[in-house]
Amino acid sequence: MAPDQIVFWVFAPVSVGSAVAMLFQRNAIHAALFLIVNFFTLAVFYLVLSAPFLFAVQIIVYAGAIMVLFLFVIMLLGVDREESLVERLKGQRPLAIVLGVGLAAEILVTARASLGLARGPANFDQTVNVGGNTRALSHVLFRDYFLPFEVTSILLIVAAIAAMVLAQRRARTTAEGTREAEAA
Amino acid sequence: MKTPISYFVILSGVLFAIGTVGVLVRKNALVIFMSVELQLNAVNLALVAFSRLHGNLNGQVLAFFSMVVAAAEVVVGLAIIVNVYRRMHTANVDDASLLRW
Repeated sequence: MAPDQIVFWVFAPVSVGSAVAMLFQRNAIHAALFLIVNFFTLAVFYLVLSAPFLFAVQIIVYAGAIMVLFLFVIMLLGVDREESLVERLKGQRPLAIVLGVGLAAEILVTARASLGLARGPANFDQTVNVGGNTRALSHVLFRDYFLPFEVTSILLIVAAIAAMVLAQRRARTTAEGTREAEAA
Repeated sequence: MKTPISYFVILSGVLFAIGTVGVLVRKNALVIFMSVELQLNAVNLALVAFSRLHGNLNGQVLAFFSMVVAAAEVVVGLAIIVNVYRRMHTANVDDASLLRW
């Protein structure tokens, strides 16, 4: 068994298991922790697929920044609340699980039928990742995808401003609310 | 590399399906959001796997962009959830039904 096969068969069950465990956790904090495990296993798969730059980005951005943001908000909203198990739509839960299993089976059949056992070029690191993955990726990013890259920076600024506006709005609306109450 | 690319694509499909079930089943807005993140990550795995299959880096660049967009989306989405929580004192999506007829 090749090393990458061992890595795949060790980490694939961990990945699927942590995702399923996230689904069944009633406590949001536990769900977030299982999601972090899942993100780490995905980072390992990126390494196996010879994408070491994305491996680092996955750990720094997802397992680091985004999940810290999630945990921060969970703490802000209160951790001890457990969600209700009341079903508003009758039979929603079983139907969702059946449809989810159907979706997974569909993708499985499609991937097997269209890809078979194709493995891609064996010398990927020599022919594509020339001079290292980060260098090769930056060549593609700053040559072919330069405009999307710049648009991304605008998107990030807009998101930052939007987050500030959304977080700040409370003071203004409560002030208006009291003013309306006084007028009434 | 000896692992067939289709294994990674199938794994990504399974993770995507789990994320879909999470979005449909859970009631806590934060957990629904986490399930959406799981779906985004599943798609990223598929992109990187296809990048490996076709022997070029376009898929990896696309996964990189999708990570950036996901970061922006998380910031705005969490701000909205915090705002809803401040107004309604709940993170349950069933309780936020003001716009329902």
